[in-house]
Amino acid sequence: MTGSRIRARDWGWQHAGRDAPAVAGLDLDVEPGERVLLLGPSGAGKSTLLSALAGVLGGEEEGDESGELRVDDAHPSSRRGIAGLVLQDPQANTIMERVGDDVAFGCENLAVPRAEIWPRVRHALDAVGLDVDLDRSTAALSGGQRQRLALAGAIAMRPGLILLDEPTANLDPAGVLEVRDAVARVARETGATLVVVEHRVETWLPVVDRVVVLAPGGGAVADGAPSAVLDAHRDELAAGGVWVPGLPVEVPRGARRAGGPLLALDGVRAGRGGVPVHEAVSLEVRAGEALVVTGPNGAGKSTLALTLAGLMPAVEGRVRATEALRAPGSGTSPLREADPLRWRPKQLATRIGTVFQQPEHQFVASRVRDEVAAGLRAQGLPRADIERRVDELLAALRLDALADANPFTLSGGEQRRLSVATVLAPAPRIMVLDEPTFGQDRRTWQELVRLIAALVDERGCAVVAVTHDADVERVLGDRRLRLGAP
Amino acid sequence: MRSRAPSRPTALDRVNPVTPFAAAVLYSVPMLLTIDLVTAAVALGAWLAVLGAAGIGPRTVLRRSWPLLLAAPLSAVSMLLYAEPGGRIHAELWLAIVSDRSVELAAAIGLRVLAIGVPILVGLAGLDPTRLADGLAQVARLPHRFVLAALAGVRLFGVLGEDWRQIALARRARGLGDTGAVRRALQAAFALLVVALRRGGTLATAMEARGFGGPQRTWARPSTLGRADLVLLVVTFAVVALAIGTSLATGSFRPLWEGVR
Amino acid sequence: MTATAPSVAPARRSSRWRVVDIVVAAVLGVATGLLFVLWNGVGYVWFSAMDALTPGFGGIAVGIWLIGGVLGGLIIRKPGAALFVEVLASVVSMLLGSQWAIETVYSGIAQGLGAELVFLLFAYRRFGPLVAVLAGIGAAVAAWTLELFTSGNLAMSGEFLAIYLACVVASGAVLAGLLGWLLTRALAATGVLDRFASGRARRR
Repeated sequence: MTGSRIRARDWGWQHAGRDAPAVAGLDLDVEPGERVLLLGPSGAGKSTLLSALAGVLGGEEEGDESGELRVDDAHPSSRRGIAGLVLQDPQANTIMERVGDDVAFGCENLAVPRAEIWPRVRHALDAVGLDVDLDRSTAALSGGQRQRLALAGAIAMRPGLILLDEPTANLDPAGVLEVRDAVARVARETGATLVVVEHRVETWLPVVDRVVVLAPGGGAVADGAPSAVLDAHRDELAAGGVWVPGLPVEVPRGARRAGGPLLALDGVRAGRGGVPVHEAVSLEVRAGEALVVTGPNGAGKSTLALTLAGLMPAVEGRVRATEALRAPGSGTSPLREADPLRWRPKQLATRIGTVFQQPEHQFVASRVRDEVAAGLRAQGLPRADIERRVDELLAALRLDALADANPFTLSGGEQRRLSVATVLAPAPRIMVLDEPTFGQDRRTWQELVRLIAALVDERGCAVVAVTHDADVERVLGDRRLRLGAP
Repeated sequence: MRSRAPSRPTALDRVNPVTPFAAAVLYSVPMLLTIDLVTAAVALGAWLAVLGAAGIGPRTVLRRSWPLLLAAPLSAVSMLLYAEPGGRIHAELWLAIVSDRSVELAAAIGLRVLAIGVPILVGLAGLDPTRLADGLAQVARLPHRFVLAALAGVRLFGVLGEDWRQIALARRARGLGDTGAVRRALQAAFALLVVALRRGGTLATAMEARGFGGPQRTWARPSTLGRADLVLLVVTFAVVALAIGTSLATGSFRPLWEGVR
Repeated sequence: MTATAPSVAPARRSSRWRVVDIVVAAVLGVATGLLFVLWNGVGYVWFSAMDALTPGFGGIAVGIWLIGGVLGGLIIRKPGAALFVEVLASVVSMLLGSQWAIETVYSGIAQGLGAELVFLLFAYRRFGPLVAVLAGIGAAVAAWTLELFTSGNLAMSGEFLAIYLACVVASGAVLAGLLGWLLTRALAATGVLDRFASGRARRR
């Protein structure tokens, strides 16, 4: 099998109902077997281009196409299975209930004869190194396994072109390497042309042999060997949110003044349905200090975070709020109850705030402004105070221009900032964050980490951050807790 | 929707999942057109015997069909009070009239709910969605794009349980939920629907990228009919014939349209 | 039809189903099915309590069971969408143990057709609140007709049937029609329907 040839001439696409094209004036040639990393700031149309190459951009009902786009001399939407596409969210890539059925799905759609399908399925699973039973439930797979399953599903169709849209953005470090290595092996063995979109450049440098940089509405602005392009455009790429290798992120920290303990964990083991998932944890969460919790997938990091945040009961041990946390500043009366789990929601929110992994899970209002105000209204604060506080927070998190937008329409980075704003609104003394930097580009990353650092250094909050991100651990790890494998 | 923990295999596991559907239609249509005690009683008794013979005991039957034990008396009450009166009148309050005829109809409708519901709920419970979809597309020849999309939709909701949990916890974390429980529940349900539809949109892209949507396709898992399927249909037909035959023979047969008089 | 809000028709419409139409309709169908399961408990309590005490007023609870067709028609805007969503919802409801067993699916087919017919009458070009309400009523009338057989309502008194019809129609108009329209508008505002004409037409 040989790779496909891509040819774009003054190509562009404008989504129906949008004011500006997502991509315009793109000229690009990719030779068979080339392995291209596609970079650019968010809004540069990288995903749009991948969807177009995969032939899934939708017909004229969904937008206007201009110029010419060809994969092997045919328009990509004219032939099914012309390219295999792996998307960012591992869950979205899984279609069927069982592993074997999921890989077979593409072959069935291309009307491959039944006798040929199962050998293809086994071969594809071997190629991505996924050694699991064909009857295994796809729900039981880890993120990295799911992405390799998606890759297997793609290559079982024997496409000449493999397209990857941020395939490792949602994975832990082990998952990232699993998927990267599987892609490298598949590309080598099949000779397929490869196009990858990914912010984390370093991961993919060993695999790709060419880098193309897209600009919003401006086509390809840089193109060439990876080292040459990265050297020449280092600063603008970094400003656009790309994680350029050899350019570490730095967030200055203030002088640390750790205060007294707010929360004490005494031999706590967290878990669901009464089954503990990690060894007993005893520690104090102190004001003015950030605690970073790390560990492999399934080690119970998120569960522990929910437990100490007063959202889940501990399976063993005790979570106890100290006097200092129970008697916060103005407005609220001190609490007698020491177990956060038994506080009422509005008491909890002024003491411990939790930012969930998926911002969408937190939204309750149809306007950004109301979203921030919701928690304050539940506290029964006077209207004028609420307005003032909301304005402050929106300005601080650069959301003021979006005050009237629907929260669900925001971009990933904006949604993340909004979710932080909503939790900050009732001014909790402890902030618990679950993977705050997951899938974020470099720019949003810096904004978020700067904000979290300021909470600790300037406002004297306690922060508990669950993360896989080594940079977060480096910057925020005043204290570190590592949970072992299950 | 997911199949439950593997219990003892029963005769039903050998039939194509489409067959219980066909049997349910074959059985329910004549039953819905009759409204008499004997037909319903004979049919219900016959099915309980058949299910027992097929290895499905009374405990399983009860576990799967308990909602019917509530639904049946409630349907009967409505019929008891508001059926077109006939014969002796026992009690009367505004439009509610309990008469000889309404008592008889109430008993018949209550029993009919059980007679139709019990075998169908037991027969259709715990079907594997993938096998069912294969059968609906390959055997029943329903449009495969719609059947497979429905299957993907069912799987999507299998994984939404975790989303729902997170949404509920996030409400508490934000200090909401002290008041207005109904409103909060509706907001949470809306958030879940938005998450589901967004996932659905991405799923559509993933499916289309795997070549889904074309007119022709092959099937990795064949779905076929066998002897067990024939047996189920024959048994169903026999139960209908026995029930209606008995009520005709005893002179108690009453089709629905005779109820109009 | 003067009361109909001007629903903007997109420049290019096609009655061909795209993959995203089918998949999102399926997601809607399963979601509606889960709503039905919930309502099979909550709404049924109301339905039966009212039905036992009053002639036909139980019909007021019926509207929620009709919302699938309205949602499907309003959001997907393709021929057959109302039918597909309502039928799928009823199948999901039945497989999860609805007390009406196979009759759930018969109802789904009838109710879906009732709503579908209204969208067809407007040639799949109008999707305003009035059309939504009419679709809810269409589904209600179909449900009432089917229940003459499936619930043995043919044996009921004329007064009961008249009151029941009025209640089911009112419920269909409000709980299926109006509620379905409001829900569609709220969903459009979140941007999740951007790939649909229904989402683009109503975005502010």
